[in-house]
Amino acid sequence: MLALEGLRLEQGDFTLEAEWRAEAGARIAVIGPSGAGKSTLLMGIAGFLEPAAGRVLIGGADMAGKPPGDRPLSLLFQEGNLFSHMSVAQNVGLGLRPDLRLSREDSRAVGAALERVGLGGMGGRKPRALSGGQQSRVALARVLLRHRPVLLLDEPFAALGPALKTEMLDLVDEIAGEAVVLMVTHDPNDARRFAPQAVLVAEGRAGAPVATGPLLDDPPEVLRAYLG
Amino acid sequence: MAARAEPVTRSLAGLAALVVLGLTLGTLGAVVWRAGGLGLAEGRVGEAIAFTLWQAAASAVLSVALAVPVARALARRRFVGRGAVITLMGAPFILPSIVAVLGLVAVFGRSGAVNWLLGGLGLPEVSLYGPQGVILAHVFFNLPLATRLLLQGWLAIPAERFRLAASFGMGPGAILRWLEWPMLRAVVPGALMLIFALCLTSFAVALTLGGGPKATTVELAIYTAFKFDFDLGAASVLALVQFALASCAAALAWGVARPSGFGAGLGGVVRRWDGGGWLRVQDALAVGLAALFLAGPLLAVCLRGAAGLFDLPLSVWAALGRSLAVALGSTALCLALALPLALAARRGLWVQVLAVLPIAASPLVMGTGLFLLSYRWVRPDEIALWVTAAVNAVLALPFALAVMLPAAREMRQGSGRLAESLGMRGVARLRLVVLPAMRRAMGFSAGLAAALSMGDLGVITLFADAQSRTLPYELYSLMGSYRMEQAAGAALLLLVSSLALFWLFDRGGRADAGA
Repeated sequence: MLALEGLRLEQGDFTLEAEWRAEAGARIAVIGPSGAGKSTLLMGIAGFLEPAAGRVLIGGADMAGKPPGDRPLSLLFQEGNLFSHMSVAQNVGLGLRPDLRLSREDSRAVGAALERVGLGGMGGRKPRALSGGQQSRVALARVLLRHRPVLLLDEPFAALGPALKTEMLDLVDEIAGEAVVLMVTHDPNDARRFAPQAVLVAEGRAGAPVATGPLLDDPPEVLRAYLG
Repeated sequence: MAARAEPVTRSLAGLAALVVLGLTLGTLGAVVWRAGGLGLAEGRVGEAIAFTLWQAAASAVLSVALAVPVARALARRRFVGRGAVITLMGAPFILPSIVAVLGLVAVFGRSGAVNWLLGGLGLPEVSLYGPQGVILAHVFFNLPLATRLLLQGWLAIPAERFRLAASFGMGPGAILRWLEWPMLRAVVPGALMLIFALCLTSFAVALTLGGGPKATTVELAIYTAFKFDFDLGAASVLALVQFALASCAAALAWGVARPSGFGAGLGGVVRRWDGGGWLRVQDALAVGLAALFLAGPLLAVCLRGAAGLFDLPLSVWAALGRSLAVALGSTALCLALALPLALAARRGLWVQVLAVLPIAASPLVMGTGLFLLSYRWVRPDEIALWVTAAVNAVLALPFALAVMLPAAREMRQGSGRLAESLGMRGVARLRLVVLPAMRRAMGFSAGLAAALSMGDLGVITLFADAQSRTLPYELYSLMGSYRMEQAAGAALLLLVSSLALFWLFDRGGRADAGA
């Protein structure tokens, strides 16, 4: 479903290489020391960073030259996933129509998506009137409507408490369905809980996905220093 | 990760850049072409250059020197009305210069309060006309600016240093030497340069209070050569001289001081442990006198104007209508230039250059160039209002960009990536993301542009006849024919409409801002 072929990303002196594929329905944690390039990997797949070499393929299609909004993927950032001047329903509606010209059917779909993430009837509120967990749910409702085969999570729940984070990860799993999910995380427990597979980003390479448990139980040297 | 701006935005920005370049360097080109082959016209030019430099230097030094005690007092005292005084310090920026001149005449003129006092004491009367009047008016405009710049410097001294100084038992003298003096050494040169540059290109003040061989600035000399001698060659030479002077000043002021001071918070007071006794008296005197100096002329305009308001000739109301049209057109054009430039700018030097060029190309230089380019084909008075609106838009651009560039940068770093990831583009992105995010900055910029254009007395004087005068020009002619009551009424009208335009636009930008 998602394939990285001879991919090389460059930012100034920094380079990151990756060569692997992930099947539909995969749940993959992206772990590694700070500054190793975990976010860079996601930005390269999402199209915010053009590769210096190699290709990103989604469903067999080459993504070269495609702007982020045209790629069949959804993306949640660490912060700023909602437009603060728009209502909750409008924020979700952007997942269906980027120009927000919603038909009656679209609006019904928005309502249903909000219902599904447990925010039924809150469509009229502004994001700042919601708690952190509720704001995450709004972003997930939009992911649900976009219904893309790849979902990239750049630590979107890092600011939430442990219980709330677990709840969100369960919701992500449910919503993502057959999509490939790549999730950057600093928390080994999140990785174990959510992702059967893990990608280690270190020393200029994003390695192929391996089983999460064994990787964390017996980490290589670079990861051991980081995990402590 | 900086995604490039959309092609449409980039083309519009290119177009805006062409307009700005055309109105600044293009008009300069016309001037050069006309001035070519002409020697410098007599000693007049030398006199004008000397006076321009001298009055700008004197105004800058006086403004900053007087601002030091005022800023110092505002930095270390907390008193009722402190906020009002600081707001008053911001007002001259959007105050039409012709209104201020009228206010100064009311206070310092022949029949003003100051001469009445002097007469009562048996002292000789002072005259406002001549070099001293030009400098006084420039100090009136720039003392507040200098005070705000210095106050920023004072408030930037960390509070811990004053606490530390107090723990050593440092007195006011030692604090001045070890804490305040180093700050002043860093801030004062920038303030001096900025005010010097502003006074170099000021026209309305020189037009109304200066004149004659002893008090003619280069800008005024352009006007005289143009209007009374109709010597286009001499006007062109003078315009070249003015461009050279203003570019040097703009280059010197570059980086030292940007027009960004008006948004910054000046609310805080640093807790101080020095300065009791007679220092308290000194501070009260500094703030009191400065407030009186600034508020007096404004108050005089309001009081006199209220009486004259009901006796205004019809021509004043017609001029008001034309001025409003010019101000609104100029504001629209200014935003149309500034928005694509702000959105397309990444870290490019070229936007900075575009933001400085209008300062170097003074209004009269642009006006002379536009006249030279157009007079063979159209009657000047037919295009007077269009030219005024266009020139005013370009003159307001540096200020609009100073506010809108940071807002655009913030938007790109904040919601820009999210909009990109959701595939929002074109009109939808403009409507849903860009305009809501830029609304505040655009409202404030529009307010500045409208107020500046409303009160502008510059290029219009080259083009207009009696049928196409703006309100400031109409006011100037009322003053010229000594109809002072009516002039005061028109001044009040102009003052109110400038402030109202600023207030309406600025408020429009803030209203219902959900973010």
